[in-house]
Amino acid sequence: MTLHVEKRQIVTPGELLAQGDYYPDLNTFREGDSIYSTIMGIFDHRGNRLSVVPLKHCYIPFVDDLVIGKIVDVGMSGWMVDINSPYPALLPATEVMGRQHLPRGDGGRILEVGDLVKAKVIAADRTRDPLLTIRDRGLGKISRGRVLKISPSKIPRLIGKDGSMINMLKKESSCSLNVGQNGVVLVTCETPEKEELVIDVIKVIEREAHTQGLADRVLELMKSRIRGEGNAEGT
Amino acid sequence: MQKAPERLIDENGFRLDGRRPEEFRPIKLQVGILDNPDGSAFIEQGKNKIIVGVYGPREIHPKHMVLPDRAVIRCRYRMAPFSTEERKNPAPSRREIEISKVIREALEPAVMPEYYPRTVIDIFVEALQCDGGTRCAGIVAASLALADAGISMRELVSACSVGKVEGQIVADLFDLEDKYGEADMPVAIMPNLNKVTLIQMDGKLSRDEFERAFEMALDGCRKIRNLQAEALKRRCEVLTGTEMPEKGSLEAH
Repeated sequence: MTLHVEKRQIVTPGELLAQGDYYPDLNTFREGDSIYSTIMGIFDHRGNRLSVVPLKHCYIPFVDDLVIGKIVDVGMSGWMVDINSPYPALLPATEVMGRQHLPRGDGGRILEVGDLVKAKVIAADRTRDPLLTIRDRGLGKISRGRVLKISPSKIPRLIGKDGSMINMLKKESSCSLNVGQNGVVLVTCETPEKEELVIDVIKVIEREAHTQGLADRVLELMKSRIRGEGNAEGT
Repeated sequence: MQKAPERLIDENGFRLDGRRPEEFRPIKLQVGILDNPDGSAFIEQGKNKIIVGVYGPREIHPKHMVLPDRAVIRCRYRMAPFSTEERKNPAPSRREIEISKVIREALEPAVMPEYYPRTVIDIFVEALQCDGGTRCAGIVAASLALADAGISMRELVSACSVGKVEGQIVADLFDLEDKYGEADMPVAIMPNLNKVTLIQMDGKLSRDEFERAFEMALDGCRKIRNLQAEALKRRCEVLTGTEMPEKGSLEAH
């Protein structure tokens, strides 16, 4: 049993990770006695399970994911939603108003093409298009705030361990933040300036996602920016 | 129209561009140079200059091409009108269609299309300047672009060409040797898995010559594999911010 790379080391596709009695987990595969990486990312291991955290990947929907999407089509019995994934999602009429079909005429007016929705994935396997619902607290059409897209692979960092990073952002900025697993973030604040500030901070998190001690630096940045804004308003 | 040179290898054993028979052209690789595609790469190999963009996995159009259990891989190899000495007609030629197919088939064993059912992975190989061996250079750059797009791959594909010129086995043929030499053999392999994904031969080689040429190709591919890994690591450093890209330092305030 030999490990050929260290934890947190950058690996590339086809790179030999380990030989011997290890279990290939996410983004790795076994060929004979050896385990290789399949993606460019950061190596991780827990016990004898080896995995690679990708630096870049596309969003694949999973059940219970919160996503933010855009309505791209109104059909007979529901809406098609672009959720920033290779698979377009379906939001059925039954999940919006308890009936099978959209009412004729102005029925499509509930949600129109171009509207943004916050939704949850209720069914997803890669053999069929994912299904969404907006029947839950806080879900539905987005009427205010700003959205920005970041790489889906950076979402876990933005949320942090048990939501530490995102809760800190919420607390410091007193804004409402909704993070879609598909890499779309909705920022709703009282003032546009504050939204701008939070977006800047999220971009910093995205850019420096893989560095150590990020939370402390972000907190520092938030505090100095908020103080700066306060002073600017005062003078 | 260029004339056939009198000798392709001089009495001192040097080739027309001053290389030894077993010597490769210098290679420069860059990953992630384009903003719009999901993954991209650029290769400069001697006078060859090729840029590759990869999209995907993404929704497939037209819909009838969809495969229920895996991703479709599409590849288009294209030569720019200014890529050759004489202007190339921009309409897709028989040769370009063939090379597109060959590149696709050389890359297919490396990607894991079963991870992305009902989607498509589009590979666009644009040859900006051609000087022999562009299908190999295209494969090298395309596998980097695929990795840059974050697509799961069993291994990077490395490729190079070998052949016979004036009775000698030579590595990495350039345009004139390709045209007036005796044989040209492009080889693509997955070095870590020890598998060949492409082998073609144009001309004649004896069995012994073939074996020597093949060994030379394997050796070359392994060296190119190291360059590919280095190029990808440089890209990772940019992505992880351990080394900031120039653009990023301008944005900082």
